Amino acid sequence: MCRLFSLTSSVPISPMRAIEALDVMKEGHDGSGIGLFLTDLAGPFQDCKHLPILSGIFTHAGLRRMEEFMSSQGFTPKFRLTLEAEETPPPGTPKRDVYLSQVFEPPSAWADLAPAVREQELTKTRLALRHMGQAEEDIVVFSFWPDVLMIKEVGDPMEIGDYLGLDREEVYAGRILAQGRQNTNYGINLYACHPFFIQGVSTMTNGENTAFVPIKEYLGSQGVPGYEGYQSDSEVFTHILHFTLKGLGLSLEAYKHVITPLQDDDLESHPDRDFLHTMKQACRRLIIDGPNCVIGCLPDKTMFMVQDRKKLRPGIVGGRPGLFAFSSEACGLDAAIPDRDKSKDFQPMHLDTAIVSPDCQEVRICRQTQPLPRQH
Amino acid sequence: MPANTAVTPSTLSQRDLPWQIDWDIQTCTLCGRCTAVCPVNAIEFGTFRKRTIFTPPLGLLDKRTSDKPSGQQDRPSSTSSIYYGIRQRTDPAYACIGCAMCNMVCPNNAIKPHKSESTDLLRFHRDRGGQPRTRGGRRNAGDSVLDQIKFMRISMLTDPALDAGRHEFELRTLIGRILPPAEALKTQRENGWMPPVREIYPLMIGSMSFGALSPNMWEGLQMGVAYLNEELGMPVRMCTGEGGCPPRLLRSRFLKYVILQIASGYFGWDEIVHAIPHMKEDPCAVEIKYGQGAKPGDGGLLQWHKVNQLIAAIRGVPPGVSLPSPPTHQTKYSIEEAVAKMIQSMSMAWGFRVPVYPKISASSTSLAVLNNLTRNPYAAGLAIDGEDGGTGAAYNVSMNHMGHPIASNLRDCYLNLVKLGKQNELPIIAGGGTGKNGNLAANAAALIMLGASAVQIGKYIMQAAAGCLGSEGDRCNICNIGRCPKGITSQDPRLYRRLDPEQVAERVVDVYVGFDTELKKIVAPLGRSTSLPIGMSDALGIADRAAAERLQIKYVV
Ligand code: SF4
Ligand code: SF4
Repeated sequence: MCRLFSLTSSVPISPMRAIEALDVMKEGHDGSGIGLFLTDLAGPFQDCKHLPILSGIFTHAGLRRMEEFMSSQGFTPKFRLTLEAEETPPPGTPKRDVYLSQVFEPPSAWADLAPAVREQELTKTRLALRHMGQAEEDIVVFSFWPDVLMIKEVGDPMEIGDYLGLDREEVYAGRILAQGRQNTNYGINLYACHPFFIQGVSTMTNGENTAFVPIKEYLGSQGVPGYEGYQSDSEVFTHILHFTLKGLGLSLEAYKHVITPLQDDDLESHPDRDFLHTMKQACRRLIIDGPNCVIGCLPDKTMFMVQDRKKLRPGIVGGRPGLFAFSSEACGLDAAIPDRDKSKDFQPMHLDTAIVSPDCQEVRICRQTQPLPRQH
Repeated sequence: MPANTAVTPSTLSQRDLPWQIDWDIQTCTLCGRCTAVCPVNAIEFGTFRKRTIFTPPLGLLDKRTSDKPSGQQDRPSSTSSIYYGIRQRTDPAYACIGCAMCNMVCPNNAIKPHKSESTDLLRFHRDRGGQPRTRGGRRNAGDSVLDQIKFMRISMLTDPALDAGRHEFELRTLIGRILPPAEALKTQRENGWMPPVREIYPLMIGSMSFGALSPNMWEGLQMGVAYLNEELGMPVRMCTGEGGCPPRLLRSRFLKYVILQIASGYFGWDEIVHAIPHMKEDPCAVEIKYGQGAKPGDGGLLQWHKVNQLIAAIRGVPPGVSLPSPPTHQTKYSIEEAVAKMIQSMSMAWGFRVPVYPKISASSTSLAVLNNLTRNPYAAGLAIDGEDGGTGAAYNVSMNHMGHPIASNLRDCYLNLVKLGKQNELPIIAGGGTGKNGNLAANAAALIMLGASAVQIGKYIMQAAAGCLGSEGDRCNICNIGRCPKGITSQDPRLYRRLDPEQVAERVVDVYVGFDTELKKIVAPLGRSTSLPIGMSDALGIADRAAAERLQIKYVV
């Protein structure tokens, strides 16, 4: 089972804090990979918050091809951060040419685009690059989005953190999702590494999604750019969340009702019975059925944790105003925020969504049996 | 014996029959129960004459014959004795069907049928009077691709398997058109028309008509279904088949457990239409039958033997006439029009509150029908009946040689919906040979994972709930002529009195509760419990490369 750890903080912090917490929980993951999602960035990226950042891994040839492609599309390169490490990589980690985070100025013609169209175009650009790199594996792109950095690599999280020098101030962030990977059912592949990302929405999971194939087939057939290339059964959680928020225009509270609808008796006595009943039927294809704990971050920097119906995976939330963490294990939480009021720690059960809003002041618990906030 | 005895081309020996009767003179008490019970008069009381020749020992032979004391013979003599027993008739019209009813009633096990090892010659003589053979039952082929499919995505360590006995499961399915999420929410917000959807148990009792089944069988099934719904909370549904519905049921609250079928003969629909204003409940759904697995491209056929007063009254026809339904709905001009108009008018009849879906035989045109339906906003699903389906009367040739296996037909349809992004939007109900070798839960689960939203059974429930004797080896199968030895498909009270509706109901409940446990035993190790694993094809594997490729599942050896 993978180990998950995320931090939401009102002041930027080092991703190493999250990686250290993963290290404490090390018994649970086999060190077959690390994935990081960083947003609310500090340092040099703060100055270009509205400009998209391309995160990925390139060979030298791939880098050149990427640059040519981007300039042909009218993108102007701005600030660039590379994590090239000189020494030999830790055991199990291949030697890569360039770990890149590159800010781009979009083509001038984009200035008039509506925000939604602009988002589409960014996604399409990322997909084009991903497709370009598929045959040679010389271009691996994780995200292309303003104020988002993604770093993924195979190997032991702590060793990779040291190797890539992830304690440098340039990568400090207010919101961090980190996963220590336990490779279980699919091959070791960079794209299979959590967290997953689409248009500001990012999630990671510990568990196995047994309803993966039907959900993947459904999402993949909806004609939404980005719902493709599934290398992990957990990637669909990100896309379902994206579908809920952007496709259906619903709120985070509704996400739980999509992936794990209430059972009939509870539904009958719910104040939003009719709405939820319709949603349960219409979104039935998106019901998840494995043991899963999902941690994620929304475009507005809200962070959350939900459990599947069976609640067979661990997950705990805690912290203090200004700093909260979502962890798959309590020991990770203890390591990262020892000075918190432990009596306020919360382990979401099968009806709960634990939410920390961008203001980072408290953990709000939303139970599925409560009335939904007004959906628009 | 004279050399020119009456041996006609159709004179068969007992050896030529598919079923032969072993009768044991030593244990038979001549009670006569077997001959009384035999539904086809294959056996009859026989008087046998036995001649015994006596030859005196050598040396005792005496030429003087007249004055011998009695008791002493001195010349060969013959005596005749008479004894009684059971004789199997060899006239093709009375051939034994292997039902073994004779054995069931024999107090001493003195009689039993056994299957001939060689090819029977009866099959060449079954078209007497130029009438090809008709029968009930299923295709005479025991093999089944569904039986070869394994479930292999078993969770163990990375993903704890669930406890089938103690975990909560929500294994329900939806019948009715399910709008795409965005459209559904919009329709609801705007108070628009939402297509009716029913949440039901995924194993349905498929269409077997009142008329095809005996009143006792029908009543037993309905009672079982009602019990499952009301006492056990299992929303099991049963389809009427063509032939209407008893008026009392139409006006009862149990109608909601019933799917009314209308087929090309429109039998019984006068009664249904007249009952609409008096209905306390809407039916679960309306099924429009265009075809069925037993006789693809053909209409229904209820032979005159079974059209008694009651059946005639319910169907609105004169008694004692054969009732063949035309192959298509005669009032319609083209299939697209037929489907669209029928669906619309049926929906309209119940104020668009009842899901209406067509049923077709699995065939090369299934995809075309499905594509048509996806564009019809009132279509509530599609039932597909594979080549192994069928309980009523059909020509032997149709049953054995026509139609399309369900597995690949269903898979094609489901994958086509996937391509359109409409999977489960239009539920597919699959049937035809499910559980024909007794593996009901495994077969049903395989169909669901291949893409079926629900599975329907006909023959299986007859076998399991009423002890139907039919098999894939051409055993019994006289459902069509009203002589059903078990009283399942007979309209003759002397026969159907053999079947106790209460006991049928009890068996229906047993079958469903047993099935439910088995289904859980399959889905729990796959880590599924909160939604039916429709289309979960990654769980399936088969040791046949061609089949694996065709069904797009894993090839495993
Ligand atoms: S097996 Fe059935 S058909 Fe054959 S003799 Fe016995 S009762 Fe009659
Ligand atoms: S027992 Fe009755 S229903 Fe079964 S095959 Fe024989 S005639 Fe048909």
